[in-house]
Order: sequence, then structure tokens, then C-alpha cells
Amino acid sequence: MKRKLNVNRNSAVSYSIVIALYIALSIMSASGLLGRKYSSLLVPVCCYIVAAIGLNMNVGISGELNLGQAGFMSLGAFTAVIVAGALNFHGITAPALVLLICIICGTLVAGFLGWLMSIPVLKLEGDYLAIVTLAFGQIIVNIINNVYLGIDENGLHFSFVNNTLQMQPDGSVLISGPMGATGVKTASNFTAGFLLVLISLIVVYHIMYSRNGRAIMACRDNRIAASTVGINAVAEKTLAFVVSAALGGAAGALYGMNYSSFAATKFDFNLSILILVYVVLGGLGNMTGTIIATTLLVVLPEMLRFLSIYRMLIYAVVLIVIMIVTNNQAIRMKLKALRKGKAGNGSGKGASVNG
Amino acid sequence: MAEENRQPILEVQDLGIDFGGLTAVNNLNMKIYPEQIDGLIGPNGAGKTTVFNMLTKVYQPTRGKIFLEGKDMEKLNPVEASHAGIARTFQNIRLFYNMSVIDNVKTGMHNHIRYSNFDAIFRTGRFRREEKEAQKEAEELLEIFHLSQYASLTAGNLPYGQQRRLEIARAMATRPKLLLLDEPAAGMNPQETEELMAMIREVRDHFKIAILLIEHDMQLVMRICEHITVLNYGMLLAEGTPQEIQNNPEVIKAYIGD
Ligand SMILES: Nc1ncnc2c1ncn2[C@@H]1O[C@H](COP(=O)(O)OP(=O)(O)OP(=O)(O)O)[C@@H](O)[C@H]1O
Ligand SMILES: [Mg+2]
Repeated sequence: MKRKLNVNRNSAVSYSIVIALYIALSIMSASGLLGRKYSSLLVPVCCYIVAAIGLNMNVGISGELNLGQAGFMSLGAFTAVIVAGALNFHGITAPALVLLICIICGTLVAGFLGWLMSIPVLKLEGDYLAIVTLAFGQIIVNIINNVYLGIDENGLHFSFVNNTLQMQPDGSVLISGPMGATGVKTASNFTAGFLLVLISLIVVYHIMYSRNGRAIMACRDNRIAASTVGINAVAEKTLAFVVSAALGGAAGALYGMNYSSFAATKFDFNLSILILVYVVLGGLGNMTGTIIATTLLVVLPEMLRFLSIYRMLIYAVVLIVIMIVTNNQAIRMKLKALRKGKAGNGSGKGASVNG
Repeated sequence: MAEENRQPILEVQDLGIDFGGLTAVNNLNMKIYPEQIDGLIGPNGAGKTTVFNMLTKVYQPTRGKIFLEGKDMEKLNPVEASHAGIARTFQNIRLFYNMSVIDNVKTGMHNHIRYSNFDAIFRTGRFRREEKEAQKEAEELLEIFHLSQYASLTAGNLPYGQQRRLEIARAMATRPKLLLLDEPAAGMNPQETEELMAMIREVRDHFKIAILLIEHDMQLVMRICEHITVLNYGMLLAEGTPQEIQNNPEVIKAYIGD
């Protein structure tokens, strides 16, 4: 019974932080308090949070290193661009509907590719997933960098060579090689991002606190013991990886529909590492921490802009300080004691810091 | 007990395993009967844990056969061996250290909980009903092993003796027909050992299962086991009732001699 309460409190804290942040930021954005610079970060923050929550399922809950989350984001983003292009061409332009279909398609495509990748990789024990996802992230960027794709009345036109798609005059180019996606009719907004974060959180928490969630963590903690209580580690690790990839795809779709143009190189190895940093700093398996860490670390570089050339230096120092603080046993104990002292206050505090 | 009239739950025929050039177990024959507490004893390195690893299919035997309720286990992997009804604990405790005590037990119920991921994500009635049942069953198991007060504690923070008991509770959560305990009393003080023996008997009486236990504490073995198998250098040295084993000169020699 006690445990049940704990579980509900964990997820309740996350939900309330997300909702409080959304309300506070919406008001600030509407009243102009936030300024254009920070308002433009609202949707990207949601994207990174969704991608990081997904990745935490893989790295924190399942305990497998994944170095290619940006690859799954790019799959989602470019799937969204193509789907949106096709929908627009057929006269479906309602932004909310287009975005919904794009996110669903991005999720499915990334999840499916994750599942395909997991078949050979997760049978092996060891760090093979890290290597394969790393390679996948690099390959996908390079492939998309060479794709030319357009749509006209004859359907999709596709080329690997150059921009000679030989389209009818009414056609439009959707992806043009190194330039990436072009002419996207943006459809993302903060409310959609907020809803996506909330849905991702619910999915992840509901899996975590279920039969398969326990099995995933059991395989992480002790694979042999898990097998002797009848748990198939390959199936459980696949589930965690596919959820992670699918949420990466959803995040990418939201991202792709937020800009009228973007290049594939946006989703390079650096982005994968950045999202991994959000997860590690937020705490492995800790979704609330991931949300806070992602928000802070996306906003921080902007806040440090006044430092001009010293900006990234200070950013690095801040990262190191956070790592020391969150990994320091003594400080953690104190924080725990504080939280126990005034239970429930933690969430309100976190929200106001971010707001 | 009239063993001849009963079907053994487990039958091992000419079982053997080699590690490279080393023959760890050879020509082992054993029968385990329902609702009986059996002992597997022998000096260090005799091959006792290796026998457990073969019975749970963590190791694939090189020779011989294992039958569980008359069914050949040759093709099974550890997951399927668990489904078939064999559960175990480990000599070096293997808990899910970052999970709570009660979640360790619920993890053992993995195959009795049947709801899908869809049920979990949408928290359907089926999810709530089965989780409630799992919660109840887990609480009952914790009760038996005197672990109720630690239910929400992280398993890694449990004292050593309680960790061993939690491992048994987790094994029991799989609803096994045969429970294998690898040195369940290791590292326990006399009082903890006494409590453990009562729990093992209670488990057998309550769940009507067969138990095979490896133990170095002869006191415990002689008092709790109804039948004992002695291994030496991977081979069967003797088997019989505790009295027979106690008075067997070969056994005495293996333990004291050399
Ligand atoms: N995976 C393995 N590879 C190689 N040799 C092994 C392996 N597992 C066990 N052995 C060897 O098999 C023999 C029997 O080991 P086992 O662990 O079964 O003994 P035991 O009877 O359980 O001893 P103890 O009382 O010390 O636990 C030992 O010589 C051991 O080194
Ligand atoms: Mg042993």
C-alpha cells in the first residue's frame, strides 16, 4: 500500500510540474513577459523533453546505452515533413489535424525502425546497442543529406543524385539534400508540445509501473535472476528500446513541424549526446529530474548569452557543478531529508524556479 | 514414506557436464518426490551449484537427462524452465537491488499477470484487477517471510539475512512445483537460521511443493531434510534418510578424511 502511494506521488509530481510550467509559461508568453527569444524556445524545449523522457526509458529504466536518439528524432522530423507535404497537397491543411497525423506517423516510423534494429542487436549482451545506435545516428544523417524528394499530381518523386525531380509545375519540393526540409507549413505550437510531453509522461509512467516495467528493471538489475523467474530479457529490452525510439520520433515530428526549413545535420551526434546529458543530469530513471534538467539546460545557454565568448565555458562549468552536486552522497541525503521534512513542497519549488 | 508408489516430480538420469577438460558433474542420478524437503550436500567444489544451474537450464548439461513431471527438459532455456515450474535462489544473492522489496516479489509473478501493454497504458479494468491481485499475493508472501515491514524499502538496503529470505519469496512468487535453495542459511546467525527453517517448512506445508536445498550447516540439513543426496567430486557418493547419511562411512570419510 505504501509503495502504491509512492508511485502515485512520483508521477503526480511530474504531472504537476509540467502543468504548472505550461500555465506559467503560457501566461508569460501571452503577456509578452517572456520575450521573443525565450518564446521561440517553448516548442523545442517540449521536443527535447519528450526525446529525453524516451531515452531515459532506454538508458535509465532498461540500462542500455543509446547514442542515437537524434537519429530517431530525424526520422520523425522528416517523416512529418513528407506526410505534411502529402496532406497539404491533397488539400488537408488544418494545422491541428496535420500535426496529429504527422506525430503519429513519426512515432510509428521511428518505433518500427527501432524494432527492426533491436532484432539483431538486443540478442547480444554487452554494449552493442550503444555502437549500433551510434552508427545509425550517423548513417541516417548522411542518407537524408542526400535525399531529394518532392510531390506532385503523380505522387512522390525521389532522387539520390540531385535536384532533378522532373515534377509537374504544381509540385512542391519537400526535401532537397543538404538544405534539408524546405517550405514546411509549420503546425507546432506550445500547447501541442505540452500535450505531447504529458502523453509521453503518462505512457512512460504507466509502462514503468506495470508488469513489463518491473521486468525491464529486473533485467537491468540482474539478467540471470530475471530469466530464472521466467522473464525474457530480449523481449523486455526491445520494448524499452522501441518506446524510446518511438518517443524520439514523436519529438522529431513536433520539431519538424515547428520550422519552415531545417537541415538533417541538425540531428547529428552532438544532439544525441546533448539529450543523453539531459537524462544523466536529470537522473537515470528519474522522469521529473529529466524534465527539469532539460528545461534548464536548454534555457541556460540563452541566459548566458551576455557572457559572449565565455558562454560555453561557463555552461561547461555549470554542467560540472550540477554533476558534482547531484552525485554527491552527502548533498543528496540533505536534499532527501529536506524533502521528507516538508513533503510535497518540492514540486511547487521546482516549478517556480523554472517559471 | 513409500516412495516407490509415488511419481517423482523430478528425475535426473546420468547427468553430467564438462567445462573444457574439467568434468564438474558426472553420472548423477536423482529422484525428487512431491512435498518432500531434500538435501544436496557435499564438500566445497563438489558440483552442487552446478547441478542447480543444470536443473534451471542456466547451464546446458553435456550428458544425461532431466525430467520434470515426466517431461524431458532438454530443449528448455532458463525462462522456459521457470515456466515449467522450477524456481531457485542463488548462492551469491541475486536480487533486483534497485527495486523495492515488494516489486522484487511482484516481478516473480511476471507470468501469472496476463494483461497487455495496452491494458497498462490505458489502466484498464483488467490492469487494475490483476495489479490488485498481485499486490495481495505479494503481501501474503512477504508476510510468510516476515518482510512486510520492509515492503517499500529498496532491496539493496535490506540486511543480509532478509535479502536471502526475499530471494525465496521472489522464487515462490513464480508458483513453482520445485524450489531450489542454494545455501539459504549462509551468513545467518543461529536465531535467523532457526526462523528460516520454520519458514521453509511452512512454505512446503502451505504450498505443497518439493524443495531441494544445498546447505553446509549439517545441523540444519539433518533436522529439516527428509532425504539427502551427497555429492563428491561431481559424483553421487550416497543417498538416503538423514540417519543413513549420518552413519555412512563414505560420507564421514569425505567430510573428515583426506
Ligand atoms: N562456469 C564454469 N566454468 C568452469 N568451471 C566451473 C563453472 N562452474 C563451476 N565450475 C567448476 O565446477 C566445480 C563445481 O563447482 P560448484 O560451484 O558446483 O561447487 P559447489 O559444490 O557448489 O561448491 P561450494 O560448496 O563451494 O558452493 C568447481 O571445480 C568449479 O570450479
Ligand atoms: Mg555452490
